[in-house]
Amino acid sequence: MSEQIDKLSKIHLLNLYEKMQLIRRFEEKVAELFAKGKLPGFVHLYIGQEAIAVGVCDVLRIDDFITSTHRGHGHVIAKGGDVRKMMAELFGKITGYCRGKGGSMHITDMSIGMLGANGIVAGGPPIATGAAYGAAKIRHTDQVAVAFFGDGATNEGPFAEACNMASAWKLPVIFVCENNLYGVGTRLGRISPSEDIASRAAAFHIPAVSVNGNDVIAVREVAEEAVKRARKGEGPTFIECKTWRHRGHFEGENPTYFNKEEYQMWLSKDPIAGFRKTLLSANLADENDFNLIDQKVNQVIEEAVRFAENSPLPDPATALEDVFI
Amino acid sequence: MPKMKFMEAVRETIRQEMEKDPTLFLIGEDVGPYGGEQGVTGDLWQQFGDDRVRDAPISEALIIGCALGASMTGCKAIAEIPFGDFLGMCMDQIYNQAAKIRYMSGGQAQVNLVIRTTEGGYVSGAEQHSQSLVSWFVHIPGIKVVEPATPADAMGLLRAALRDGNPVIIFEHRYLYSLVDDVPDDPDFIIPLGKANIVREGNDCTVIATALQLYKAKEAAEILARKGIEIELIDPRTIDPLDEETILKSVKKTGRAVIVHETWVKGGYGAEIAAIIADKAINYLNGPVKRVGAKNVPIPFSPVLENYVLPQVEDIVRAVEETME
Repeated sequence: MSEQIDKLSKIHLLNLYEKMQLIRRFEEKVAELFAKGKLPGFVHLYIGQEAIAVGVCDVLRIDDFITSTHRGHGHVIAKGGDVRKMMAELFGKITGYCRGKGGSMHITDMSIGMLGANGIVAGGPPIATGAAYGAAKIRHTDQVAVAFFGDGATNEGPFAEACNMASAWKLPVIFVCENNLYGVGTRLGRISPSEDIASRAAAFHIPAVSVNGNDVIAVREVAEEAVKRARKGEGPTFIECKTWRHRGHFEGENPTYFNKEEYQMWLSKDPIAGFRKTLLSANLADENDFNLIDQKVNQVIEEAVRFAENSPLPDPATALEDVFI
Repeated sequence: MPKMKFMEAVRETIRQEMEKDPTLFLIGEDVGPYGGEQGVTGDLWQQFGDDRVRDAPISEALIIGCALGASMTGCKAIAEIPFGDFLGMCMDQIYNQAAKIRYMSGGQAQVNLVIRTTEGGYVSGAEQHSQSLVSWFVHIPGIKVVEPATPADAMGLLRAALRDGNPVIIFEHRYLYSLVDDVPDDPDFIIPLGKANIVREGNDCTVIATALQLYKAKEAAEILARKGIEIELIDPRTIDPLDEETILKSVKKTGRAVIVHETWVKGGYGAEIAAIIADKAINYLNGPVKRVGAKNVPIPFSPVLENYVLPQVEDIVRAVEETME
């Protein structure tokens, strides 16, 4: 890892830290607000998986595309989304990304190529494949598309269809599987022949790599290679990121199904604390650097909450808008 | 005015629109060198090549997903599903993704997507190749539903759909593909979505009929005319949005209504039209609103069974006579 780290400037490294910390604090704030009953509906938090979204999106351009999942807050932030509009959306306010129509599971920002979080497991990979098709075959640009999805999606038919299609036509898609080992409360090994998912990609002739999803530098490195291949027209790459979610499937759900020792082991591999430690021990940053970032991030989150709370609710009649152009 | 087969009218419209718009492409099973499973795409592949007339794997979810993803990111797409009976394989991409993404993104996403598929029996296609599934999509907000009956309508409605900027699904009746009729010699000929056609004027009973049933209703009209009953025959052409105004105006004039579609009567869109008439014109009615459609069983294979299950001219005659009693 140190070799990879040496390639990045201090500012770049601290930016990765800041992005991860922004996701973490956003999600912690959402958990707090949800527990207080301030947010309608339900939320799926990304805590523990931050290194994946941040590592991958760090090597994307603003005009590249991503699709996301029901656990999508991290992807929006990593791609450059506005946390104020995200928070407002979670409050169901008119100033939210979706004008209060989508909520947590449908946050979209077309201006940064974020084609939508998605409430349907494996709903995103087909759309990412299409965005890649349009870029490579019709509009003739070098844009790439990343499909983020969980281990659960790999047992859905459209996932296999997307892998086949992207590989057949060498489309610029990067399939990023966030393997946190649980689909809601069911352990992957109970419903799949193996808890290693990367090997499935071989059936589609897609180069695959399995990486520590809690190591932002490691994720970034494989993503950089994948994006390079995609831009050169060499086709899709499959990246399996091994990780763990620190919370239940959704807020309010107690993950009693986790093995306690395993849970503790993964908590000790926290992607943010780990990265901080790495930078400190390599003398690439000091406590003061982190404190300044943490303060800034806290301010941004507090401002997002203020913005959301002070924003007006939608006029109920706006529910009838936005179906068609 | 030139004469064309229904399928040629569809093909020539696609050709003209593709010549005008380099971002428009077509994807589907066997649409390339094979010329389309129903023969619709013909020589389009020879003219436009692989990327714009794309032979897809038998992956209906990805045919829609690919078209959708591209259509959200600067392209315009036609997805062809050769038999409407296969729509179940890609239903999620249609009703949860394509039909909702504009709405759930608060109006950010634009979906330039036309899904062309087929419907219809009377060809011994049996249970999984004979259905008319139009009603499924009428039920879903966010997608427009078109059911052309003539070559000219196929042309004008497809062009309207391609220029609409919203998801549109077009059901083409297999039995009508070889039907020859006049088409306008105008490369910009459009029939606005949501505009019905009064096919025959009459004062005694309004008959609303779609696709192949329009021709059966025309035959019924001749039989009834000989009996002294003049029906007013209306083809809505677009089922959603429905031209309520034209239908209600006619029903208010005749005081009677019969709705004919090939799909099952139970839960069919005829029930919706009947409800609209009951809601908005009940004081004008001089008889019960009748519905004619398939009997409540799957569509069987043997011609004698199929003809018993699907609506026939005499069923329409009988329904009109019943409401005239």
